[in-house]
Amino acid sequence: MKIHIKNGRLIDPQNGIDTKQDLFIAAGKVAGIGQAPADFAANQVIDATGLVVCPGLIDLSARLREPGYEYKATLESEMLAAAAGGVTSLACPPDTDPVLDEPGLVEMLKHRARQLNLAHVYPLGALTRQLQGANLTEMCELTEAGCVGFSQADKPITDTLVLWRAMQYAATFGFTVWLHPQDIYLAANGVAHDGEIAARLGLRPIPTTAETIALATILRLARETGVRLHICRLSSAESIDMVAAAKAEGLSVTCDIAANHLHLTEYDIGFFDANCHLQPPLRSQRDKDALRQGLANGTIDAVCSDHTPVDEDAKLLPFGEAEAGATGLELLLPLTLKWAGEQALSLSTAIACMTARPAAILGLKSGHLGLQAAADVCIFDPEQYWKIEPRALKSQGKNTPFTGMELAGKVRYTILDGDLVYKT
Amino acid sequence: MHNPQLTDDGKLKHLLSIEGLPKSIINQILDTAESFVGVAEREVKKVPLLRGKTVCNIFFENSTRTRTTFEIAAKRLSADVINLNVSTSSQSKGETILDTVDNLTAMHADMFVIRHAQSGAAHFIARHVKPHIHVINAGDGRHAHPTQALLDVFTIRRYKPEMHNLRVALVGDVLHSRVARSEIHALTTLGVPEVRVIAPKTLLPEHVEKLGVHVYHDMAAGLKGVDVVMMLRLQNERMTGALLPSAQEYFKTFGLTQEKLALAKPDAIVTHPGPMNRGIEIDSSVADGRQSVILPQVTYGIAVRMAVMSILAGNN
Repeated sequence: MKIHIKNGRLIDPQNGIDTKQDLFIAAGKVAGIGQAPADFAANQVIDATGLVVCPGLIDLSARLREPGYEYKATLESEMLAAAAGGVTSLACPPDTDPVLDEPGLVEMLKHRARQLNLAHVYPLGALTRQLQGANLTEMCELTEAGCVGFSQADKPITDTLVLWRAMQYAATFGFTVWLHPQDIYLAANGVAHDGEIAARLGLRPIPTTAETIALATILRLARETGVRLHICRLSSAESIDMVAAAKAEGLSVTCDIAANHLHLTEYDIGFFDANCHLQPPLRSQRDKDALRQGLANGTIDAVCSDHTPVDEDAKLLPFGEAEAGATGLELLLPLTLKWAGEQALSLSTAIACMTARPAAILGLKSGHLGLQAAADVCIFDPEQYWKIEPRALKSQGKNTPFTGMELAGKVRYTILDGDLVYKT
Repeated sequence: MHNPQLTDDGKLKHLLSIEGLPKSIINQILDTAESFVGVAEREVKKVPLLRGKTVCNIFFENSTRTRTTFEIAAKRLSADVINLNVSTSSQSKGETILDTVDNLTAMHADMFVIRHAQSGAAHFIARHVKPHIHVINAGDGRHAHPTQALLDVFTIRRYKPEMHNLRVALVGDVLHSRVARSEIHALTTLGVPEVRVIAPKTLLPEHVEKLGVHVYHDMAAGLKGVDVVMMLRLQNERMTGALLPSAQEYFKTFGLTQEKLALAKPDAIVTHPGPMNRGIEIDSSVADGRQSVILPQVTYGIAVRMAVMSILAGNN
């Protein structure tokens, strides 16, 4: 399959390209930039006039819900959502049922994903068996099976000795440990930021200290062990300062935030809108400003969708009983573009947060469109506004705080390894 | 933001929380309640305002007192009343809240009185019921208990009609209290210029000052010169543990005794939403003393609930 993408605005942040240039794809790879390679006869020509052509997006957290939660979502539905969102690579956390703590499960997931051929799936293995925070998993075996890092998803290790040993063991082999910092005691039963809204609505609080205290522990142990650390889904201004200090000290640490947190605060909960029941919770305006700033100045390495499809019944409950999470794969691009537009940042900066920067965290060769790079491409219309309508989303998860909003940035084509996997 | 408890033309559709209620509607409820106070003293304690209507008390959390007062209020308005104790029936069989509500709707109920352990449960149900049904929140988690707050301000207004000239102190467990949250909104909406909360830091939510109250941690300072002392109930399970060391120490530091009450204005009144823990949050000599209005509160509670139900039924 040879594809000629013509007249598009090619944006490839890693290679410093932002110009009107044609892209030529052959044998699943980028075969030519600007001019066609010798003897290039396209099977397909995509007219990208007025569109942006960029590397396929890389999402650091998308729950596919398989195995175990097929009533919430399936690989088929969520991989389609990825393609529709321009996402060609995604990392998925291990909190499935059974938990991704056995090489066989990881191989099966990778195999299923390959058959569907809609996006590259990079599983994160469980750091401890059953995510119970007691016994280490077979990290070497899991890596061979295809895991790209080790995570506890939203189940923190409470025993600091186990946490220390887990980091030491991962550091032995150079594996990356992905941790979401949350102190389970301070956050116990909490459903909302410990701010004015929780005080008024009588919602059980999750104080900022639940995040910062856990983060302080994690950073200190990362310094001791020298482990390669990725911190997931930060939510508070103070945490961003702590990560900046850790980076300045020279620790091997990266971090991400969820796209929802770029735009929402505790006030969006309004009168108990369960769509705004997210983990970590939406925090104050000051926190939101710090996240937006941190992503712009690079303290925060990447933005992810934190895609968490939840079934209708699990959301049709009072706020505190409703399951946390929102669908996100199809919203990552428009939400990130909205942030960049509001901050007066370039399209290239926005795209880097979803391509080159997450690729570096995952250690992938993709995330750019240099010659001979894998032809994972996202082609989108940056000016086209579209209304977020749950029924129209490909994801089986229909819940998002952005329902009814009009957002700019519509994916038109998604190409995976040189194959056109989505088109609208 | 759309206010879910008002109709498009600003009338009361549901009573879910005091927050968001305009002063005019609160006054309408209180004024209507005045006219119902006399009903209980008549030989025939009934008016026909809700004749042919069915009121459903759906209690997902146990409460004898609140349910009973709603039941009496509805019966005095000539409504048919169904009491459903869901905590002991369908929920344990796996039925969801909406299933329960849908089933009662199918039985042609007109009004739901809801008590639930989760904050926001009444809002949630109000969002999903058929348009002709009115929802009254009888307490949701830590969020709101609007009829309790209304009966409290009704009582205060009867004894201290000049609301714009009052100093009111709420004492006790504000953190877990839906009553406190509703009382604060009711008092500030009615123009009470100074509302204080008095509690140890473990029993106050973060940012409680953003609700428009002055925060005290000391009874002597907090009670000084107040016109109304509103006591809050302390749940048994919170008397010992990480929130408080013991009931005895709580009584010593934050329990209302005659000595402490003497710091308030001489004609200050004392309220309590009940049921009381005598000797823990309040001394018997105060609870039964001349400044206590705790029993009148119970009487007025029925009139206020009659007022709410009759206004809702009139706004179809």
